[in-house]
Amino acid sequence: MKPLHCIVCVKPVPDFSAHAVEFDRQTKTVRRENVPTIINPLDKNALEAALRLKESYGGKVTALAMAPPFAEDILREVLAYGADEAVLLSDRVFAGSDTLATSYVLAQGVKKIGAFDLILAGAASADGGTAQVGPQLAEHLGIPHVSFVTSLTRATEDTLELTAKTEEGTVLLELSLPALITVSREINEPRTLALFGIVAAAAKPLRIFGAADLEVDPARAGERGSPTRIAGVFEVSLARKGEILPAAPETAAFLAQKFKEWGVL
Amino acid sequence: MAEQELKASKDIWVFAEQKNGRLAGVVYELLEPGRRLAARLGGKLAAVLFGCGVARTAEELLSRGVDVVYKVDAPPLAHYNSWLYPRLLEKLVREEAVPPHSILIGATYAGMDLAPAVAARLGAGCSAHCVRLDLDEQGNLLQNVPGFGGAVMATIVTPYVRPQIATVRPGVFPAPDFAPADKRGEVKEFAFTFPGAAPVRVLSVKQEEYTGVPLEKAEVVVAGGAGVGSREGWAKIEELASLLGAAVGATRPAVDAGWAKEAQMIGQSGKTVRPRLYIGIGISGDIQHIVGIQDAQKIVAINANPRAPIFKMADYGIVADYQEMAPLLCAAVAQAKNTQTNK
Ligand SMILES: Cc1cc2nc3c(=O)[nH]c(=O)nc-3n(C[C@H](O)[C@H](O)[C@H](O)COP(=O)(O)OP(=O)(O)OC[C@H]3O[C@@H](n4cnc5c(N)ncnc54)[C@H](O)[C@@H]3O)c2cc1C
Ligand SMILES: Nc1ncnc2c1ncn2[C@@H]1O[C@H](COP(=O)(O)O)[C@@H](O)[C@H]1O
Repeated sequence: MKPLHCIVCVKPVPDFSAHAVEFDRQTKTVRRENVPTIINPLDKNALEAALRLKESYGGKVTALAMAPPFAEDILREVLAYGADEAVLLSDRVFAGSDTLATSYVLAQGVKKIGAFDLILAGAASADGGTAQVGPQLAEHLGIPHVSFVTSLTRATEDTLELTAKTEEGTVLLELSLPALITVSREINEPRTLALFGIVAAAAKPLRIFGAADLEVDPARAGERGSPTRIAGVFEVSLARKGEILPAAPETAAFLAQKFKEWGVL
Repeated sequence: MAEQELKASKDIWVFAEQKNGRLAGVVYELLEPGRRLAARLGGKLAAVLFGCGVARTAEELLSRGVDVVYKVDAPPLAHYNSWLYPRLLEKLVREEAVPPHSILIGATYAGMDLAPAVAARLGAGCSAHCVRLDLDEQGNLLQNVPGFGGAVMATIVTPYVRPQIATVRPGVFPAPDFAPADKRGEVKEFAFTFPGAAPVRVLSVKQEEYTGVPLEKAEVVVAGGAGVGSREGWAKIEELASLLGAAVGATRPAVDAGWAKEAQMIGQSGKTVRPRLYIGIGISGDIQHIVGIQDAQKIVAINANPRAPIFKMADYGIVADYQEMAPLLCAAVAQAKNTQTNK
């Protein structure tokens, strides 16, 4: 079967698994300083799926991100995992993009990259977590897509057989290429970074494009191109009484009594 | 986008997701905010129903007080199809003289795929996983969504574009009690005319058997986390749950360890529960899990680490090794049940 060109969408996200989310009551924003940036966890699964396709059929893996210039480090890391090329879309005009504007800019980036067979994205990002960018990117490009993919095989030269999540289990689907998929955690176990990969990454091409390089209509990017606005952000307090009881039979009896009071026993 | 002209009806559309003719649970939940918003706007509540052989389902929606059911009935629509559904919904919106005020879509796997896709096709705004919906003075939809895993809440508005599209988390809005409507709505049937073969084809659907009490409807949820430590330990969680007639929930590490099924995961990427009582065992209380239990009326936590964050979010916390505490609790519950039946 013919080799495949896969494009993997990679979003740099703040690592809130190691740092608790801190809310700044003055500025009403989440503090991001001192929080390291990482590859969005599910995008590592997307990258892994693309690398496996390349190992099976040959071809090329291109990583694509829209982010501020500091994201270069993240893309170097993606190259170290085994991607062949990376493209960073970075421009002041892109700032403040919601999912519609983000996916539009990414679509222009894909057009710049050129011919491809499959685009892979994470099902959702750890910070925004909207799960919207994948399907919207597919719509901007006019290609079919499947979300929440849990397994993938190449059925024929131009079709994939996929399983995707449903509430009750899974659904088996056939998808014609070129297409886009968003992947769930179950799809694979991403590989770990190897030293030779890090060395090799330094020599791989990493291109940075701004609005002018991309034929981006400024009215469709950034805040201007975003139909949604954030009208306010507030902290959620989940604190409760938090009464601490000792580990003792009396505690068990006390709770059983409470269960009765609460009408669940 | 301010330059765009703002024309829309006062109608609220609800996507009536169905499987084999049965409405998804979240559809009933959407009818509550749908009805409330439509009433405040002075518009109609409409349901959009795609499926195959769904005449009965349309009737059910009418009996629930929906004013209009937009129905497309054809074999290719039996299951959710990510190529056909967004295109059909776009077509319905465009065929109206003016677009609806808002479209509410349950944040199921199908809904989370449909909403952004149709939004992109329409150039409309789309908010994800709303937990509250309201209107501002200008009549914009105020869409409250959790951010950063649930640590903060953001209010999203879409001031210049219609329709406003929102996905709504299952389990957040209570399904309204069944109230037969005095005035009857109507079904508007649309023919399915679709050129060419779809590049996405559903081959088969696999149901996973899960026999326990369903989490979403449970009055009591007993959930276990990484601290349970082993499959043998998990049996203790299940024993306590069965004594309490509870559903068994899990954190992501417990699912990863294979003790529980994916369908049992509670939290940001899992389910939202709203039981009268939630008991968390060997769970640290990470925000991604806690967002799924914040509506529980009472929270009890058992954790060996006195500094575990879950204690701050619990009504009662027990600092204990669960291996010691769970049997004590089982015994106390069993005894309480006995004295009850002896009375
Ligand atoms: C994008 C994203 C989405 C996520 N979505 C979800 C989600 O939907 N749901 C979810 O649950 N997680 C989710 N997670 C994972 C989440 O961040 C946490 O890792 C997870 O909730 C922690 O699970 P835990 O409390 O079981 O494990 P841990 O954090 O490891 O906690 C185990 C606890 O058990 C206690 N313990 C150990 N031994 C004992 C004992 N013998 N007796 C009593 N207590 C004991 C420990 O003190 C500790 O507090 C998500 C993460 C990301 C990045
Ligand atoms: N700025 C971005 N650059 C590249 N990919 C992105 C970007 N934003 C989102 N994505 C992709 O879309 C997926 C879903 O993101 P989200 O819609 O934010 O939940 C992510 O896992 C990425 O693969």
